[in-house]
Amino acid sequence: MKKSQVMISSSPHIRSKHTTSHIMRDVLIALVPACFCAILFFGIRALCLMLVSVSACICFEFLWQKLTGQSVRIKDGSAAVTGLLLALNLPPTAPWWMTIIGAFVAIIITKELFGGIGSNFMNPALAGRVFLSVSWPLLMSGFTEPFSGGLFGATDVISSATPLAILKSGEDLTRLPALSQMFFGNIAGCIGETSALALLLGGLYLIGRRVISVRIPLAYLGSVALLTWFFGKPGMDPATAVFYQLFSGGLMLGAFFMATDYVTSPVTPFGQILMGIGCGLLTFFIRRFGGYAEGVSYAILLMNVVTPLIDTWCHEKPYGHKKNA
Amino acid sequence: MGKLTCKRGIHPHDYKEQTKDKAIRKLPAPKLLYFPLQQHIGKPAEPVVKPGDSVLMGQVIADTAGMMTAPVHASVSGIVQDIGQYLHPNGTKQTMIVIENDGLDTPAEPLVHRSLHNMTQDEIIGIIRDAGIVGMGGAGFPTHVKLSPPADKPIDYVIVNGAECEPYLTSDHRVMVEMPDDIIKGLSVLMHLFPKASAHIAVEDNKPDAIEALTRAAEEQAGIRVETLKTKYPQGSEKQLISAVTGREVPSGGLPMDVGCLVLNIDTVLSIAKAVLEGKPLYERVVTVSGHAVCEPGNFLVRMGTPFSHIVEAAGGVLEPLGKILMGGPMMGTACYSLDVPVVKGTSALLLMTAEEANTGKESPCIRCGRCVSACPIGLRPLFLNAYIQKENWELCHKENIRDCIECGSCSYVCPAKRHLVQSIRLGKDCMKRAGKF
Repeated sequence: MKKSQVMISSSPHIRSKHTTSHIMRDVLIALVPACFCAILFFGIRALCLMLVSVSACICFEFLWQKLTGQSVRIKDGSAAVTGLLLALNLPPTAPWWMTIIGAFVAIIITKELFGGIGSNFMNPALAGRVFLSVSWPLLMSGFTEPFSGGLFGATDVISSATPLAILKSGEDLTRLPALSQMFFGNIAGCIGETSALALLLGGLYLIGRRVISVRIPLAYLGSVALLTWFFGKPGMDPATAVFYQLFSGGLMLGAFFMATDYVTSPVTPFGQILMGIGCGLLTFFIRRFGGYAEGVSYAILLMNVVTPLIDTWCHEKPYGHKKNA
Repeated sequence: MGKLTCKRGIHPHDYKEQTKDKAIRKLPAPKLLYFPLQQHIGKPAEPVVKPGDSVLMGQVIADTAGMMTAPVHASVSGIVQDIGQYLHPNGTKQTMIVIENDGLDTPAEPLVHRSLHNMTQDEIIGIIRDAGIVGMGGAGFPTHVKLSPPADKPIDYVIVNGAECEPYLTSDHRVMVEMPDDIIKGLSVLMHLFPKASAHIAVEDNKPDAIEALTRAAEEQAGIRVETLKTKYPQGSEKQLISAVTGREVPSGGLPMDVGCLVLNIDTVLSIAKAVLEGKPLYERVVTVSGHAVCEPGNFLVRMGTPFSHIVEAAGGVLEPLGKILMGGPMMGTACYSLDVPVVKGTSALLLMTAEEANTGKESPCIRCGRCVSACPIGLRPLFLNAYIQKENWELCHKENIRDCIECGSCSYVCPAKRHLVQSIRLGKDCMKRAGKF
């Protein structure tokens, strides 16, 4: 009888079907509503930004892995996720060359130089964004009125201030868009950040699919809301102020898609809550007292850096180590 | 009352539907049977027969003096053909006694009917020792040792482990459905040994028919509680079962008796009932034969020493292509490279998996998703252990409590990067032991 070749390995002999690429695919699916809103509000420019950013990220990763003789992993989808998140963090008028530089900083400098997927110490897309904002602050604040460019970019865009900038300057609060506009997203801002509704839908999808837990977004949004309620700028009804803060800037995108990045957030439940609160505190302080209207990117990046510390501190006692067990 | 459960854990697809409704079939004994001298943790037994001797069914063929050991019995009557080195399911060659079956099944001693009332505790434990009973969930800890805790460790809970949380396995399930009275009898022996303890049978809620059968059987005997557990892996692990049923936690490095608990597997309790009340030593057990590379999956009552190949034949043969042969469940079982190995006391299942079923995927970098942390029933952080082991940083492994790992495999199961987490932890423990770090 011919004996078949059988495998020998250490247990377990079955694995869940879930893989890294499934997770990345879920994140991409969760970003579909935000992408849709971006195109709806900012037209074909938004779509071009996404295409340029995603392809640049994938190309950079592919080239790096080829050049360094690694196995090419672009199929895991993480570069595509980074590319899409970077695009969603850009203003509609961002030039293509700047987008590509952002992709380079995200993929090569932040991710690959530190060891590739799983080894970056900061969120690559955010690092790319922050690099661009400090290098080309004017180009990075080329915010425009939604719909102003026409769907196919035929007409000239009308530049506009973001709600956060208006809140920051504190001059003419009547220029603020209505809360409903903030919720649906037809306001000025980065292409993927404006629609709180789209980002909430995506976030709920990720939570429902158990890709992320509710801890970081809830702690993040909750702490920003609480702090704004009690210590927000005087002169505005606290409840209104809370919603303006929650729906503006990169907070929704940051809370659901950036602060929850596995690689750069803590792995223990308590650590994740600390991460969310830390992000919330920093965001609030930067927005309220800092010289910069937007605080989400810096808040998350700073918390990314302390993630290893949080992981060291927040270690639940394992089974059998508790007193009076 | 809500269903009991332990912390964390995973919910793999259990594939129990393949065999859970298949009644236990008695498998005719083969021509040649192989009996390893060591089927338990502790000192190996020594042969008390020599080639050419005739032996009877149930006769002791190997034994030795001492506490941490257990005798081995012939499962058929016949002639001792050889005592030599043969392949064991764990992949090593071990000394085995080979018996040629005469097909007559002449018993060494007639079955008896004993009553618990006129037996002392020492007598009962002596019978259990002489019957060669060891933990049949796979660990093989001699049962008489477990039943003899020191006087300063009173037992408050006797728990019969009917969780059977490993996927594919249904042997315990069938025993509970078909022989609930024997389980209750076995448990009453244990209650006789530990009169002050409360008696529990813990079964996961994916086996409602077993819970029903046991509940009905338990009506006859006061003081037995059938506990329903939420289905979860690895709830059948001793520590997890104890915390699910009692809320107590076995201290790190300790034993269940340190928290007043005694946990015994269904098969073990069945064997205790048969040995103590009927005088039948441990020479056969129920084995689940399953997996998608076997023609007719089922549950078989198999004589110890039966080669796997004989069981596979009875189950209709192999569906090619065969990818993996497993003894035990898919989460903690052992991969075998040959079917020419015998059933031992710890063989709860024989699984034949297709290559696709057994495909564990290609390892890729950790993305720190934390799924292993939420899966670990002990509360360890396998991703960090894995990283420290690769750097051979035993100091940090120690800090991350590597020795508390029960090697259940939940972390590897859930890992989306398909990292060999538990395998590396085993390796790490071994390296640390060799380096004297434990």
